[in-house]
Amino acid sequence: MREVSAGSGHGTAAKAKLVLRLYVAGSAPNSAAALSNLRALLHSGTSNDEPVPFEVVNVLREAARAFEDGVIVTPTLVRLHPLPVLRIVGTLSDHDGVRLALGLEE
Amino acid sequence: MVGGPGCGKSILALQALVEGARHWGEPAIFVAFEEAETQIHSNVARFEWDLPTLQKKKLFFLDAHLSSVTMQNGPFDLSGLLAGLSAKSKRMGAKRIVFDGLDILLSQLDDIVAERQEVQRIHEWLAESGLTGILTAKSDGETSSPSRRFGFLQYLADCVVSLNHRLVSGIAVRHLRILKYRGGSASTSELPMIISDRGVEIGYFEETLEYPASSKRVSTGIPALDNMLGGGYFRDTCTLVSGAPGSAKSTLAGAFAHAACRRGESTLYVSFDESGSQIVRNLRSVGLALGPHVRSGMLVMHSVCARSKSSEEHLVLIRSLIEKHHVRCLVVDPLSALPNATGDDEARTSIERIISYAKRSGITILATSLLANSDAVGESTAVGISTIADTWIHLSYNIQGGERNRALTIVKSRGMCHSNQVRELVLANSGITLTDVYTSGGDVLMGTLRWEKEERDREALIPERREAESARRALEVSITETTARIEELTRDLGGKATELKRLDSERLTDADSKTAHAGRIGGMRRFKGASPKKSPVRPGRVKRA
Repeated sequence: MREVSAGSGHGTAAKAKLVLRLYVAGSAPNSAAALSNLRALLHSGTSNDEPVPFEVVNVLREAARAFEDGVIVTPTLVRLHPLPVLRIVGTLSDHDGVRLALGLEE
Repeated sequence: MVGGPGCGKSILALQALVEGARHWGEPAIFVAFEEAETQIHSNVARFEWDLPTLQKKKLFFLDAHLSSVTMQNGPFDLSGLLAGLSAKSKRMGAKRIVFDGLDILLSQLDDIVAERQEVQRIHEWLAESGLTGILTAKSDGETSSPSRRFGFLQYLADCVVSLNHRLVSGIAVRHLRILKYRGGSASTSELPMIISDRGVEIGYFEETLEYPASSKRVSTGIPALDNMLGGGYFRDTCTLVSGAPGSAKSTLAGAFAHAACRRGESTLYVSFDESGSQIVRNLRSVGLALGPHVRSGMLVMHSVCARSKSSEEHLVLIRSLIEKHHVRCLVVDPLSALPNATGDDEARTSIERIISYAKRSGITILATSLLANSDAVGESTAVGISTIADTWIHLSYNIQGGERNRALTIVKSRGMCHSNQVRELVLANSGITLTDVYTSGGDVLMGTLRWEKEERDREALIPERREAESARRALEVSITETTARIEELTRDLGGKATELKRLDSERLTDADSKTAHAGRIGGMRRFKGASPKKSPVRPGRVKRA
C-alpha cells in the first residue's frame, strides 16, 4: 500500500530534498506508533512550509521488498536521500532525536 | 544452541539445514543476525557442503544483521520479519529455520521485557508455522549454560544444546552437551566434538563391545617372534609394544608393517615422533625395505605432531585415512604421545574409540608405548593402554659385562599360548632375529657374555665328546668281531648238522643192506635143502618169484 502524505507548509526549498520511507507491519502497535510519531514530527518540524513526503511500505503485504531493502525489524524508517542512507528502527518516540538524525531543523 | 564465541554454534546450526536439504530434500531458511552472508560463506567454504548449489532452491539466506548505520529510536519488534518469513517459507516449502545470533538482536532492544516478548513471539510463530527452529545464542564465557540475560530462552526451548571450547593441557578441545531434550531421552554427557572437513563431528561411544573375533593370524615380521606367539598376532587385535627409549619398538612396528605390505595389505603408519622418510631409512638398516611399499601406495605414512591438535582431532584424521585407503593394518608409534600431549582423560577415550573402531573394521593394530622406566614387572603403561591391548610385548635392556643388550618378553597374549621366555633381540643388517637367551647357573646371559659362555661350554664338551667317540669306536670294533665269530660258529654248526645227517642216512642204508643180505642168505639156504619151516625169511620182505 503506497500512501503519500504531505507535511504541512510549503516554501522555498533551501535544503536538499528529503526522501523518506517508513516500513510498517500493518497496524502492529510499534508500527502504528511510529507512523503517528513521524507525522507529528514532520508537521512540527517544518516551519518554512516545505512538504516532506514519505512513503509507507507495509511489509505484511510486501514481504519480499522488505527483505530486499534490508529491512528486518519493524518499524524502520529509511532516509533514502540525501545520502548516506540512514536507517532508524523503533517507534520514533524521541522526536528531537529523529529530527537531528534526519537533519531537519528545529 | 548456546556456546561461547567460536564454539561452532552457527556451523552446527547451518549443518542441520544443509544435511536436511541434501539428504531429505527439505528446504530451509537461515536468518543471520550476527554475521553477513559472505562471512558465513567463507566460514564454511572448507566443508564439502557446496552452499551455492543449495542456495539456488533449497536454502534461503536472509542477511538480518542490523548494519552500523542503523540508529534506534524507540522499541521495535520482529512481527514484520516473521510475517515475511512466513510468506517465504510457504513459497519454498521450508521445513527448517535457523535464527543465528538472536542474542545480538535482542540485546539491541535493551529492555528485558521487550526481549522476552520477542522470544515469545518467535516461539509462537514457530509453533504455528510448523517449522523446526534452531536458535543460536552466546553463553557467558566458558560456562555451558546460556547467559543469565537470555536464560529464559532455555526455558522456552524444547531442546538445548551447549557447545564449549576450552583448553586442556594447552590444547584447544571442543565438547558438546545436550542440556535438555523434551519428549525423549538423550545422553546428557559431555561428548568430544571436532570440526573436520565434513563439518561438525561428535565422538560418540558405541555402547556395545561386540565384534567378531577372528582366529586367523598375521605375521609379526620376525619369524622367531611368530613362533613365540604360536603363529603371530591375531587379526583384529591390538598389540602393544612397550619399552624404554631406543629399545627397538619402532623396529618391531616396522617389521609388522613390512610383513603386512608383503602380504598385499594396505597399511597405515602413524608416527608422532619421526617423519616418514626417517622411519624408512632407519628400517633399511635392519634389512627392511619399506621404500617400494610407500611408493606403491601400499604403505601410507602419516607423521604428525601430537600437540598440534586435540586427540579427538587426531582420531578423526586417522579414521578418515583408514577409510580412504581401506587400511587393514595400523601402526601408531608411539601411542603414548597422545596422553602426554593432551591430557590423560581426553586421550584415553579417544584411544579406546579408535581401537574399538579399528577392531570392528577388522584391522590389526600395533601400538608402541614409551615407558619412562624400563622395568617390565608390575608397571602399568600410561593411561592403562595395556588393558586395551590383547598382546603386550615388552622390550628392555639388559646391562651386563659392560654391554647393553636388548631383551624381548611377551608379558601377555590373550587367546594364545605363548612362550614365557625372555629372548634376546638382535638387530643386524640382515634382519631382526631372536636368539635363545643363555641361562647358566641361574644367570641370564646375553650378548658377548652369552657367546663366551657358549664357547666355554662347547670347549668343555670336546673332551667328553672325544671319549664318547673312542668308546663308540671300540664298541663298533667289538661288535664286528662278535658278528664274525657268530658267522663262523654258524658255519661250524651247519657243517656238523650236515655231517649228522649224512651219518644218519648211512646207518639207514647199512641197515637196509644188512637186511637185504640176510634175506638173500636165507633164500639161498632154502634152496640148498633147508626146511621151509625153518626159513627165517620174514614174509613180505623178500619175495621170490
